[in-house]
Amino acid sequence: MKILLKNGNIVFGDKVEKGDLVLENGRIAFAGGTYSGESDKSYDVSGKMVLPGLIDMHTHLRDPGLEYKEDIISGSRSAVAGGFTSIACMPNTRPSLDNPALVAYVKYKSKECGLCKVLPIGAVTKGQKGETLAELRLMSDQGAVAFSDDGSPVATAHMLRLALEYTKDFDGLIISHCEDVSLTDGGYVNEGKNASLAGLKGITRASEDVGTARDLIVAKTMDARIHIAHVSTSGAVDLIRFFKKQGVKVTAETCPQYLFATDKEILDFNTFAKINPPLREESDNQALIEGIKDGTIDVLATDHAPHHIDDKRVDFSQAAFGSIGLESAVGLNTRLIEKGVVDWTGLAKLMSTNPARILKLKETGEIKTGYVADITVIDPDIEYVFDAKKTFSKARNSLFDGWKLKGKAIMTIVDGQVVYNNSKITPFGRE
Amino acid sequence: MSKLDLLGLKGVPREEITKILDGAAEMKKILMSGKKKISLLEGKSVFLMFYEPSTRTSSSFDEAAKILGANTINLAVSSSSVKKGETLIDTAMTLDHMQADVIVIRHSVSGAPKLIAQNTKASVINAGDGLHEHPTQSLLDMFTMREKWGTFEGKKIAIIGDIKHSRVARSNIWGLTAMGANVTICAPATLMPIGVEDLPVTVAKTKEEAAKNADAIMGLRLQLERQDKGMFPSIAEYFKYYGIEKSIIDLAHKDVIVMHPGPVNRGAEIDTDSTDGLNSVITQQVTNGVAVRMSVLAYLTGKLDEFLTPNANKRKVVPL
Repeated sequence: MKILLKNGNIVFGDKVEKGDLVLENGRIAFAGGTYSGESDKSYDVSGKMVLPGLIDMHTHLRDPGLEYKEDIISGSRSAVAGGFTSIACMPNTRPSLDNPALVAYVKYKSKECGLCKVLPIGAVTKGQKGETLAELRLMSDQGAVAFSDDGSPVATAHMLRLALEYTKDFDGLIISHCEDVSLTDGGYVNEGKNASLAGLKGITRASEDVGTARDLIVAKTMDARIHIAHVSTSGAVDLIRFFKKQGVKVTAETCPQYLFATDKEILDFNTFAKINPPLREESDNQALIEGIKDGTIDVLATDHAPHHIDDKRVDFSQAAFGSIGLESAVGLNTRLIEKGVVDWTGLAKLMSTNPARILKLKETGEIKTGYVADITVIDPDIEYVFDAKKTFSKARNSLFDGWKLKGKAIMTIVDGQVVYNNSKITPFGRE
Repeated sequence: MSKLDLLGLKGVPREEITKILDGAAEMKKILMSGKKKISLLEGKSVFLMFYEPSTRTSSSFDEAAKILGANTINLAVSSSSVKKGETLIDTAMTLDHMQADVIVIRHSVSGAPKLIAQNTKASVINAGDGLHEHPTQSLLDMFTMREKWGTFEGKKIAIIGDIKHSRVARSNIWGLTAMGANVTICAPATLMPIGVEDLPVTVAKTKEEAAKNADAIMGLRLQLERQDKGMFPSIAEYFKYYGIEKSIIDLAHKDVIVMHPGPVNRGAEIDTDSTDGLNSVITQQVTNGVAVRMSVLAYLTGKLDEFLTPNANKRKVVPL
């Protein structure tokens, strides 16, 4: 099958160029300039942005065990509708994704599903309990792209040290949810004036900052790779910047909720605004944007955290943490272009090139001849009100429900097959 | 007509507060009369849902509703529905189908009354939610002050104690400042809310500074177990620096009123002499609580005007 995308704005690593893109046998066969040969299918993408397929490093699929919230199929549908060709799924499932059999299960089910690539992230410790290392190497061999006890930090600095030391042998990656739970102290929103006004129990920024400092110090001592998940505080940005300058092998991600929303969202007791880490303040938004500008923040992830409405329609203290995010990410992140923070090549780096590099995905994350034909086409001019009810996720808990967005993925191509086109999902590219 | 709820005092305009206080003044006459039962809310059902233990607030609401002729139903929610795993919304919907007119709710989590209000046709009264608001307590505090002063303009109210965890303090800050009073707060740093600089209050470093020239000094209940959490070192130290006692009452205006939402921890937030002293209005606050709640119930059910206008529909409001 030879697919031709005609006349798009192709986002290369260092430039955007108008031209044609040809995908053949799952690879990029021709990129840029005018293509005059034959093709099986041709799409006119004039005026649209053609990006390397988006990769979300931080998704929760709830499968196995909590499929009433989301599963690999519904999550994959949501992913391709959001423009993602690959998603890395966190291990806080029931049971935890902490052994090679479950890694194989995720890989198998996602392959059967025929949409995006699902990249399992294994747990660092068995049951995410922080007591014993999980079978990290066996999981890696089975296809786990990284390890994390996400949802919680690795319980002790010692256990983190062991994990970092052990995974160095096979160049594994630890993704760290940074939090000092003694400082979190049962809080559930950002500690600040808005928490005070609402009378909701706050989490001091120090919880994330101390957790980040701990993990970076251990990573530095072990000289090991670490990736800091969902950075939300200005303090954590400063720490990551400092340690990067020291030569520590650290990369970091943030998410749209920490760039474009603040803890004002909690004032109305909207439980969709209850996320972890919590929504912070304008100054933190700004610090993260500065972090994106100077390269401290490498990746824009979603932390897509689906929940059943029953888990959210309860009082604030009982409500589950998290907001879905796969289908709103593009419409939010393009605000960075509008604000002049990044250009299209910069956005592609944050949402594709860097995640591919960090997860060591081969020949992916850039538009280059011979690379894997994972492609996302974005219409930058579509303006719409985001409606969580119309998403492909099983969940409806979107913090961004009702927000005005601009820019939308209109076509998602995985391994050279169109799996999403104009709101229609087609497994295995069977249009 | 959309239903009325009383979820907090933040953003409630002066006119509305005045109306409830005016209503309370008339309600107090009924309360203090020998025959305290009228037909104003006859046929209405008032459900009391107290998810936290409460004696005085729940019985105050119960008495208020009964005096007005309503049926009151006390739900043993803390021991039944929660154990059964029923959610707040389920409970609200159940009461809706029982044709509840008013739901009074106290809950340990901020925002719980709002969640109920969003899912029921009944009027919802917040009888204290988490660390958020306790509007009827504030209204009764204001009513007690107005009885003494007639006006709030230019009055200085010192609120001393655990501000951070006090829904009473929050409601009073919003209510009193809306009415034109000046509020000064004083607490140890560990019991002071974050972002206090954005509140419409003056922050005093010492209780003496707070009490100086005050027209009212209000103590707040201290959860003694906060000491176990390390928020202050000892009761003795807390009382020395934040306790209400004669030495600070002497710094205030001669006719200062001393208030406390109760129940009082004598010797922790206020000493016995101040609790029972001539300046204390703590027992009047309790009486006024019933009158204010009568007024609030009448207001939310659309019956207050009928009550306050003696000639219109007079036959409907009769002593029972």
